[in-house]
Amino acid sequence: MRDIESRHPLPRFSNLGSGALLMEAPAPLDISWQRRIWALAYQMESCPGVLETMPGMNNLMVVFDPLLIPADALQSRLSGSWHDCGRDGPAGKQVEVPVVYGGENGMDLQQVAQHAGLSVDEVVRLHVETSYTVYFLGGYPGFGYLGGLPPELAMPRRQVPRMQVPKGSVAIGGQQTGVIPSAQPSGWHIIGNANIDLFNETRDPPALLAPGDTVRFRCERIER
Amino acid sequence: MIEILSNGALNTIQDLGRPGYRKMGITVAGAMDSVALWIGNLLVGNPPGSAGIEILIFPFRVRFLADAVIAVTGADCDALLDGAPLLPWWSTRVRQGQVLELQTPLQGSKGYLTLRGGVDVPLVLQSRSTDLKAKFGGHQGRALKKGDLLRLLPATGDWQTGYGVQRPQARLPSGGDSPPGVVQVRMIPAAEYAFFTTEGQERFRKQQWLVTPDSNRQGYRLSGTPLPTDGLPELLSHGLVPGTIQVPPSGQPIIQMSDANTSGGYPKMGVVIEADMWRLAQARPGDRLVFRVATVSEAVTALAKRRAWLQKLEQAICSRQRADGNVRRKNVDAGMARMGNIYA
Repeated sequence: MRDIESRHPLPRFSNLGSGALLMEAPAPLDISWQRRIWALAYQMESCPGVLETMPGMNNLMVVFDPLLIPADALQSRLSGSWHDCGRDGPAGKQVEVPVVYGGENGMDLQQVAQHAGLSVDEVVRLHVETSYTVYFLGGYPGFGYLGGLPPELAMPRRQVPRMQVPKGSVAIGGQQTGVIPSAQPSGWHIIGNANIDLFNETRDPPALLAPGDTVRFRCERIER
Repeated sequence: MIEILSNGALNTIQDLGRPGYRKMGITVAGAMDSVALWIGNLLVGNPPGSAGIEILIFPFRVRFLADAVIAVTGADCDALLDGAPLLPWWSTRVRQGQVLELQTPLQGSKGYLTLRGGVDVPLVLQSRSTDLKAKFGGHQGRALKKGDLLRLLPATGDWQTGYGVQRPQARLPSGGDSPPGVVQVRMIPAAEYAFFTTEGQERFRKQQWLVTPDSNRQGYRLSGTPLPTDGLPELLSHGLVPGTIQVPPSGQPIIQMSDANTSGGYPKMGVVIEADMWRLAQARPGDRLVFRVATVSEAVTALAKRRAWLQKLEQAICSRQRADGNVRRKNVDAGMARMGNIYA
């Protein structure tokens, strides 16, 4: 394992001002790097002077107080831990999301099927057959970027975003899929709707999903 | 209790924001000019992170339904209490029924009204800041409008009023002079800075960038001769902080502000240093921005200086309160002059 790693370049560090560092794992995007990022994020939360960690896609942002820990000290700590942090982060949970595909709140299902050259049933089968990983949360409160979409279902985002899509919209945007936590504008294609509370600011934690979680979709029914 | 008398789609309740939830996709929010909010709170005897009102839409009018202690800080605007001029950056006692009006600023763009006790709205994820995008926090998750009634949290003990502090502009220099209407801020180059051509880097540094009317709490959209974006790398989404200067394909930079997106993927020219964020917050549409490249150590020194100054202010105000414990009202005028000198 060490041998393989030593052939890989180290993560790249850059400043985001005086109070944040961005650590970018070597390309290409890889789930094993991502696991390491989650573990490192978890580890750094207890580092004195660190205020906040934010895993991204193949990268990690660490927000800190530069008067408590200098950027270079933090960077050495991060690169020192990169090889050792292994997979000891918190184990992700499994989340099952029940979906009504198609119909009024899944208005783009037909179009996605057309784009993929598949039937609606095949699109749904592919979508529920797959196990997705939450890479990180961003964009909107509680929105998880899911990796693992079958390539057949990938579809470029809409040219013109919709002004509002309903809460619980199950959507495909590029090579990603996700569930939109609350009514908001979106340029993704909406293939169904899930009756699920992904975000509630009065709950602790407010977001249902966390990086490292696994998401499975379950087909409640297909509306045609 | 206070009653808001004017509509303003961008006037919100803000404290110092809700850091710590970015990894859940929740923006930090909080006062754009945190220095003004901080000082405003010190002037009325609040902890620096108490909730006040951030005012972007003028004129702003509010009626006090009970006696209160207030301060107006931030943008350089004329303030009138029942029509009579009220000193900004000054601790003031107001009486039940009085009306405060903040007029359009001559300079700066964000005014802050702080009130003794702080505005009493529910804590959401440990903050009272309004998150306009997520629609929670503050007063019902929205901007303030005419007729809104806001309660104040109780404060213990009396608070002496009638003194002020000097504007931060005088005490927190930006590291260079700039003509009126031009705001200079320091930035630290970010990962993609080196990917811009030499010409692009120079254009970025030497140009005066116009702050467009599309600018808001989420971000400032700048306009100028576009930066060349050919050959810039494609990025995977990563975390963002306020101050991040992104360059989308149009070549016209966007600076993330208090309601920054939690993540993004446009190439980054740099990040405005934390010590200059309050100054950037006060820029207004039509102003021009000039960026100066700074080192990390320069940024940290500037931040340390700011914190030391705010701490000194807090101590001076506290000792003034202690000394004033038995001072009668007739002596307050003399005290005002004395304090004015101390802080000037």
